[in-house]
Amino acid sequence: MITWRSLFKRFLSDPVAIGAGIVLLLLVLMAVFAPLLAPQNPYDLMQIDIMDSELPPSWKDDGDARFLLGTDAQGRGVLSTIMYGTGISLLIGIGAVVVQAILGVTLGLIAGYKGGWIDAFLMRLADIQMSLSTLMIAIIVLAIFQAAFDANVYADYAIVMLIVIIGVAEWPKFARTVRSSVLGEKNKEYVDAARVIGLPARKVMWGHILPNTLTPVLVISTIQVAEAIMTEAALSFLGLGMPVDRPSLGSLIRSGFEFVFSGQYWITLYPALVLIALVLALNLLGDWMRDVLNPKLRRGDD
Amino acid sequence: MSAQIKPVPSPQTDHIVETRGLEVRFPLPTHFLSREKPVLHALNTVDVAIRPGETFCVVGESGCGKTTLGRTIIGLQNPTAGEVYFNGQRIDQMDEATRKPIRRDMQMVFQNPYASLNPRRNVYDTLVEPIRHLMPEKSAAEQRETVEAVLAATGCDLSWQRRLPHEFSGGQRQRIAIARALVTNPAFIVADEPISALDVSIQAQILNLLTDLQAERGLTYLFITHDLSVVQHFGTRVAVMYLGQVMELAETATLFATPKHPYTRLLLDAIPKLEGGSFDKPRTPGELPDPVNLPKGCPFAPRCPLATDLCRAERPKLRVLPSTGTEVACHHTE
Amino acid sequence: MAMLEIDDLRVAFPRGKTEEIEALRGVSLRLEKGERLGVVGESGAGKSMLAFSILNLIAEPGRVSEGAVRFMGENLLDMSERQIRGIRGNRISMIFQDPMVTLNPVLTIGTQMIETLQAHRRISRREAHRLSVEKLKMVAIPSAETRMDAYPHELSGGLRQRVVIAIALLTDPELIIADEPTTALDVTIQAEIMALILKLCRENDVALILITHDLGVVAEVTQKLMIMYAGKCVEAGETRAIIDAPNHPYTAGLLKALPQNAEPGQKLYQIPGSMPPITNLPRGCPYHPRCSRASDECRAAMPEIIDGVACYHPLQSVEEIA
Repeated sequence: MITWRSLFKRFLSDPVAIGAGIVLLLLVLMAVFAPLLAPQNPYDLMQIDIMDSELPPSWKDDGDARFLLGTDAQGRGVLSTIMYGTGISLLIGIGAVVVQAILGVTLGLIAGYKGGWIDAFLMRLADIQMSLSTLMIAIIVLAIFQAAFDANVYADYAIVMLIVIIGVAEWPKFARTVRSSVLGEKNKEYVDAARVIGLPARKVMWGHILPNTLTPVLVISTIQVAEAIMTEAALSFLGLGMPVDRPSLGSLIRSGFEFVFSGQYWITLYPALVLIALVLALNLLGDWMRDVLNPKLRRGDD
Repeated sequence: MSAQIKPVPSPQTDHIVETRGLEVRFPLPTHFLSREKPVLHALNTVDVAIRPGETFCVVGESGCGKTTLGRTIIGLQNPTAGEVYFNGQRIDQMDEATRKPIRRDMQMVFQNPYASLNPRRNVYDTLVEPIRHLMPEKSAAEQRETVEAVLAATGCDLSWQRRLPHEFSGGQRQRIAIARALVTNPAFIVADEPISALDVSIQAQILNLLTDLQAERGLTYLFITHDLSVVQHFGTRVAVMYLGQVMELAETATLFATPKHPYTRLLLDAIPKLEGGSFDKPRTPGELPDPVNLPKGCPFAPRCPLATDLCRAERPKLRVLPSTGTEVACHHTE
Repeated sequence: MAMLEIDDLRVAFPRGKTEEIEALRGVSLRLEKGERLGVVGESGAGKSMLAFSILNLIAEPGRVSEGAVRFMGENLLDMSERQIRGIRGNRISMIFQDPMVTLNPVLTIGTQMIETLQAHRRISRREAHRLSVEKLKMVAIPSAETRMDAYPHELSGGLRQRVVIAIALLTDPELIIADEPTTALDVTIQAEIMALILKLCRENDVALILITHDLGVVAEVTQKLMIMYAGKCVEAGETRAIIDAPNHPYTAGLLKALPQNAEPGQKLYQIPGSMPPITNLPRGCPYHPRCSRASDECRAAMPEIIDGVACYHPLQSVEEIA
């Protein structure tokens, strides 16, 4: 077992982890406090002037001091849209992982503990789900959804839709991880001890087994947030994700893409850099956590 | 004899636990299309009756079914056939609501104190769970009182309550596990190899604790072990098991003085002795037959020096030897 | 010259950046040709550490910090990896608790035996095969010829450990180090394996270091005995003499606590407390917190080992401990 304190100590002794942690913390703070920090509110049409469109970053010759990283085609400051967009990307990423985790942990726990045909059924279901690519499912569902409803309705529900679709499509990763830890735990004697007193299966599963399977869940959660953010960015880039007036990092990259060849690279470049930094930080943290929490790599600590 | 049907005798209530014709078979995993369905016979018609207040030992080597017997009696394993009685009441197949009050009276201590305590629960939460579940009438104050009394009785320090299992040594953990088994004030405890995972100097401490608790609380033990020297010291009666069957059942003193079954003699002969000398003669390799494809006759016949064609053809049943009162399943012993 | 001489052997593990803790705290022993020595201790006493350090097999980050292991007069700890490979598995063999440490699950028994032999001897495959079958017969494996083609998982635990012994014997070693060779096995199988090891050592004049926690096994098999506690040897000498009249209170406590040394139904003698972890040793004699004879002297400094016992107040008989 590893305590929070020793986890923190290990964190402080690993420069890569500290670096990734700081980057992530800065990005999260930036996103959360975007309304306070951002030089302008890109959603407030009163603050946007089409005359400001496609201004280069402020250090360029014809840059404008108001827009540090320049503006996009609609005259919104790229810095401000990045601040708001990072929040939307993070919201979708975390939301989708919450959905994945709830579905995956529940089904994995049931499959692992009950075994037999329930296990076989759920795991075959997971296999089928895994064999369909997440992007493919998302593209089909979102395309139908976009066609079925008009743009306003779509814009209102886009976040929820993305969370649900990415969440549902990726549950098998959690389910498989949890199931394999449950299989390891359920034959341990403390589970037998709980059964001896006649504790119902529900209580044994949630009260005894689940807390002992959460370590790997923590690890994949981090990596899955990064993956969900990437999926959302890819969908938005294809025009199936967040609408342009409530842009995520992916839709920002897309909205600038058509200007890249006419020289307005900043509209795409800066959101892309932020996306890379965010995903990289999450993945590095996830890898670090896996190394620390993996009992096979960590001997004599149990 | 007339054609009259012999009435089934009701189980004697002077036994706290009794099994009748207990059988446990595990189907082994195969491909779902395969024709053969191999089955592992973990228990084969086991009849044991445990008297109140005694220490009933079950000895045997790995795969003999001793652990399965304990798990079936306590209800962790459903019997394939046969019955389990507790104080004259049949408890296998009982529904959970009826069984709940009986669960207070039956508890279990496990072999590995490193696995039998939930690593994420502190000592108090581990100990209070059986009370909360089985004695919901107790108030929070009474729960606390019971936990503290039991901790004191098992030689645990009261300051341990808020600590997690990984902070304790093996011997301390086993004390905590014994305390958990005692919080509902049971009459009967299944102890499955409770000392074999502990260091030599700790084993005596735990055995003494079990002896003391038995004297104080009038406990009945089903003590499962592979170690005959512990049985000799600790047991009232002992059943020797081999491949899912009881081969010999006797008072401990009788069994050690006059072992009747050839397998019992083999086991006794295998104990290393401080006086030395018992490993001087070479031994032929004996291997357990595959419990999946049990031989038709006596399961011990392939290793037995006395085996005859009769042994290989017919499985001997337990019978009482009038001379010592030993029950033995062997064609060739008197 | 003794066959094996160990002088003040110490093994240390780093703790943190600057500190080191000693898991083996100065152990010395001598073993003559064909002599059988038992090393007894609880888990964490350092007995396996001793076995591994003899062959310089201490895993990183641990290291032998001091001392010498002289085998036939040559210090094994000074040897290059190449030199020591000529000794390890050749003139000194090891048997582990888990046979699968030695056996490779994807190779047949025969392949593994032949390869082991050919690594140490310049002989033909046919000759290696013949010798391997011979050794399998020596450890009483039924139908040895056909077992050469078996994979380890096709054998039972007892047979596997027999194969490991056969492999250990392949190169006709002068010393076998057996680390809890029967702990994972059933009593009847343990008796067979130990009887076999005893017979082979006697017949071939092979020396044996038997590491175990079981005093009964040691009494049956060995001539000399060493009791370890918290990384130190607390008592050493003739097995029979120690078992009949232990001098160290710990040895006496271990013997007295055995169920076979108590009247049935009576309470057992028990040593209070448990062995302190190597990271948190008390000052003075590591056993003093559990010892009924401890005095201020014991609490102040670790006693030196004199006449085979490291104790300021050695016992004359078991009865002296209350």
